[in-house]
Amino acid sequence: MTAPISISLRVNGERVDAHVMPRLNLADFLREHLHLTGTHVGCEHGVCGACTVRVNDEIVRACLLLAVQVQDASVQTIEGLSDSGEISDLQEAFRARNALQCGYCTPGMLMAAQDLLKQQAEPSREDIREHLSGNYCRCTGYHAIIDAVEATANARRGSAR
Amino acid sequence: MTEASAKQEGLSVLDRPNSYIGKTVPRPNLDRLMQGRGAYVSDMELPRMAHVVFLRSPYAHARILNIDASSAKQMPGVVAVVTGKELADVITPWVGVLSHLKGLKSAPQHAIAIDRVCWQGEAVAAIVATSRALAEDAAERVDVTYEELDTVTDMCTALDPATPVIHASLGDNLAFERLHNAGEVDQAFAGSDEIVEADFVFGRHTGVTLEPRAVVADWNPAEARLTIYQGTQAPHMVQNIAALHLGLEERQVRVVCKDVGGSFGIKVHIYADEMATYALSKLLKRPIKFVADRVESFNTDIHARDHHCKGKVGVKRDGTIMAFEIDDLTGIGPYSMYPRTSAIEANQVVNLVGGPYITKNYRARARVVFQNKNVMCQYRAVGHPIACSVTEGLVDLAAMRIGMDPVDIRRRNLIADDAYPCGSPSGLRFERLSHHASLAKLLEMMDYDRLRAEQAQLRKRGIHRGIGIASFIEVTNPSAAFYGVGGAKISSQDGVAVRLDAQGSVICQTSITEQGQGSESLTAQIVGSVLGVSMDRVRVILGDTDNTPYGGGTWASRGAGIGGEAALQAAKVLRKNILDVAAAILQATPAELDIVSNAVVNMGDGAPRIELKELSRIVYFRPDTLPPGIQPELMATRHFVPRDYPFAFTNGVQASWLEVDTETGFIKLLKHWVVEDCGTIINPQLVNEQIRGGVVQGLGAALFEKCIYDERGQLTNANMADYLVPMSGEMPDIDVGHVVSPTAESELGAKGAGEAGTAGAAAAVSNAVNDALKPFGAIITEIPITPQIVLTALGKI
Repeated sequence: MTAPISISLRVNGERVDAHVMPRLNLADFLREHLHLTGTHVGCEHGVCGACTVRVNDEIVRACLLLAVQVQDASVQTIEGLSDSGEISDLQEAFRARNALQCGYCTPGMLMAAQDLLKQQAEPSREDIREHLSGNYCRCTGYHAIIDAVEATANARRGSAR
Repeated sequence: MTEASAKQEGLSVLDRPNSYIGKTVPRPNLDRLMQGRGAYVSDMELPRMAHVVFLRSPYAHARILNIDASSAKQMPGVVAVVTGKELADVITPWVGVLSHLKGLKSAPQHAIAIDRVCWQGEAVAAIVATSRALAEDAAERVDVTYEELDTVTDMCTALDPATPVIHASLGDNLAFERLHNAGEVDQAFAGSDEIVEADFVFGRHTGVTLEPRAVVADWNPAEARLTIYQGTQAPHMVQNIAALHLGLEERQVRVVCKDVGGSFGIKVHIYADEMATYALSKLLKRPIKFVADRVESFNTDIHARDHHCKGKVGVKRDGTIMAFEIDDLTGIGPYSMYPRTSAIEANQVVNLVGGPYITKNYRARARVVFQNKNVMCQYRAVGHPIACSVTEGLVDLAAMRIGMDPVDIRRRNLIADDAYPCGSPSGLRFERLSHHASLAKLLEMMDYDRLRAEQAQLRKRGIHRGIGIASFIEVTNPSAAFYGVGGAKISSQDGVAVRLDAQGSVICQTSITEQGQGSESLTAQIVGSVLGVSMDRVRVILGDTDNTPYGGGTWASRGAGIGGEAALQAAKVLRKNILDVAAAILQATPAELDIVSNAVVNMGDGAPRIELKELSRIVYFRPDTLPPGIQPELMATRHFVPRDYPFAFTNGVQASWLEVDTETGFIKLLKHWVVEDCGTIINPQLVNEQIRGGVVQGLGAALFEKCIYDERGQLTNANMADYLVPMSGEMPDIDVGHVVSPTAESELGAKGAGEAGTAGAAAAVSNAVNDALKPFGAIITEIPITPQIVLTALGKI
C-alpha cells in the first residue's frame, strides 16, 4: 500500500520514469516531482479547473487523477503547449484583451479553451461560456476571456480559408 | 462592448507625443503567467524547507484540556509538533483595535490557540514535516482533548443577557457601536408623505482567491534576518507586524511578494496561521512553508458582509427624499482582525448610506458583535455593497410606493453635478462627482426606454424581466485618515524611484504591489509617458521591502491614484535631471530640449539630438568628458499622499437586466451596465476589467455566495462544490462606460476603480428582481437571492 510504484510516461514529449506513492495525484506529481508549477492547484477536488492538463489528447483535472494512472500516457502541461507554440495565438489574444489578471486560473483556462477550439471552429459566445464553465476565474468576470477565445476562433477560421 | 469615454482634460506633463496615458496597452510580463512560468508562493521551494500543517479545532467554542503529540512526533518525516503555549515563547499576541474607532474592543489573539478555541478552524497545534502529506499524516495522530463550550452563533441574539459572553474580560459581546445623527431626522419623517421600511439581510461570504493564502518564512539565524515570501497586498505592513511580534527590528525582516493568485482584500490582513509560520521558522531555524488547503481557506480566510440592516426612508409625493435611517448589525467572529480591525465595514456602512443623495437628514446606528464563527474583516468594496443595497433598495421601494419611475426619483434626488465641493450627512467630503452625467450615460448605453417597452411586451407573455438601477459612491485613495490616525502602522503614502540605466532604459521601483490589477502597467505607462521612453524600456520592480521605497501597497483602490502620482512626480524629476545633463553635453539649455521616443530632441523642431542610450554611456562611463561642475543624477525618488481630502470619492451607476423564472425561482442575468467616474483613466482596458471583475464578485454575493453555518458554529459548505461562485456560464456580458472628473489633488488626477463594480452590482440585481416581481407584489431584501428565496417571496413554498 505505501510502497512506491514505478511509472513511465511522456510529459511534454519527454520520457519520465519515476517512483511514486500510490496516493500521489497527478497535479502534485507534476508540481512537486517534475517542478512543472504551471499546473495550479485551487480546490483539490475537481471543481475549479486550475489543474487542467491534457492526457492523451483529452483534458482532465490533474487533481482527480493519480500519478500511477498515467502509466504509458502522454501528458501535456501548459509549459509544453507554450513551448511548442500550439497556443501562441490564443495567448496573444489573452494578452491583447487582458483576459487574465492574477493569472492563477490562466493555464487551466488556456487548456480548456484550446480544447474547445480544436473541437469547434465557430463556437458562439454561449458555447464558449459553456465549455469554460468548469474553470473558475475570480478576477476577470469572464467577459474578457470569452472575447479572447472568440477572437482566436475568428482568426483561426480566417487563416484556414 | 461599449468603451465610451469622455475626452480627458489636457494634462501638460502627460499630454505629450507618444503618451501612454488614456491608451489601452497590454500589461507587461503577462507571458510568464500565460506560460505557467509565474512565481507564486505556492510554487516556491527553498533548501531545508519544511512544511507546516495546522491541526484545527472541530468545535466552534471549546476549552483545550490536553494535547498529546507523542505519537505524532514518531511519524515519518516529522520535524516538530508545536502547541500554542510553546509558540508563545517566540511570538507575542495581538489585539485588533484602532484608536479612532472609539470604543472598539477585542481580546488578545494568539498565533495558535493556547487554552481555548473560539471558532471552528482555529489552529490548536502546528505539525511540521518534510512534506505537506507527511505533516497531514502526523496531524491525524495528535490527540487533543476538548471540553465543548456554549457557542454564540446568531448575531441577532449575541447581545441578549441570556447569551454567554465569549471573552469574559470584555464584559459583553459588543465589539463596537457607532451612532450618527445629522440634520432633523424626526422632523423630516414627520414631513414625509410616505415612509418605507425594510429589513435587509446580507449573507456571510468570502473571497475565494484561487491560489489559497501562502507563505514561506525563512529565518536565517546567521544573518539574524527573516525573509517572508508571501502573497500579500501590503508588504511593509507585514514587515512591521512580523517584526513587532517576533521582537525584531523592521530592518531584520524582508517581505517579498511575487505573483499572487488573487487577493481582493483577503490577502491584506495578518492571519494567525501566517504569524505562526513566521514564528515556526524562527523557532526551528529553517524555511517553513504554509499553503492553506481549500477547506482551511473557507474556515480561516476572512469572511465578509453578514449584516442585518433595518432601513427607513421618508419621501414626499413629488419624489423628494426627506431622510434615511438605518440600524445595522454585523457579526465578526470571535476577534477583531489585526491590524485593520473588523469594525471598518460597519463604520463604512454608516459613512456611505445615503451618500449619493441630497438629503442631509440621516440617523444611523451600527453594532458589531462577537460570535463563534470565523473572523470577518475587509473584503473588496468594504461596506459599499451593504450601504448601496440598503440605500438603493430604499430608494426603489420609495419610488414604488409613490408610483414613480426609479430613474425619475434618482434624477430628483442625486446631488447635482455642479454642487461640488460638498459634504454628505455622515460628514464625508466630496471634491467632484458626476451622478447625473453618469446616469444619463447609463440610460443611453442601455437604451432604457426601449428596454422598458420590451419588458412590458414580455410581461404580457408571462415572461418576467426586471431592470434594476443602483447609484453608488466609492472610497478611493485613502489618506492617513483610514488607518494611520488610529495608530496602525499602515502607510498611506507611496514612493517610487526611477533611474536611467547604462543603456538608456528605465528601472522603476514602486511600493505599490501587483495582484493582476495592472500596477506594473500603470507605473510603466506613467513613467514612460513623462520621460518620453517607450514602455518596453521601462522595468517595474515591486513587492520587495528591501528593494522598493516604503509605502502602503495595493488595497482600497489606491494604487493608481497614490502610487501613480508618486511615479509621475519621480519621472518628472528624472526628466529634468536628464535634460540638465543633455543640455550640458549639447551646449544647449534644458528648455530647448525634450525627450521623445528614447532620445533627446529639440523642443522646437523635434530634431533628434542625442539618444538616451548614448547619454547614459557618457554619464556612466565617460563622465570625464562632461563639463566641470556637472554631477548627473540619473535617479530620482518621490512620494505622494493625499492631504486635502481624507478620501477621493468616485461615483457611478450600474444597471441589471434579468429574467426571473417564477416557476423555478431561477434568475438569469441577461446584461449588466456600469458607468463609473474614476477621474483620469490611465489604461481604459485595465479600468474596464477591474470594473467587470468587481461586478462579477458583486453578482456572486447577489445570487450565489454564502458561508452556511449551523447553530453550533459549523461551516457546512467549506468546499468549492458546495460554496457557489459565479461561473462563466451564468455571467452576462458587462458593458462599461466612463465619465471623467479628475481629482485636483494630484497632477495625475486619477482616482481608484477597483471596488466600484462590487459596490453596486448586488443592489442593481436586487432592484431588478423586485422590478421583475412587481406584478406579484413580492419584495426581496435578502442576498444571496436563491431560488428558495424567490419562491418563498412568491408564496410558492
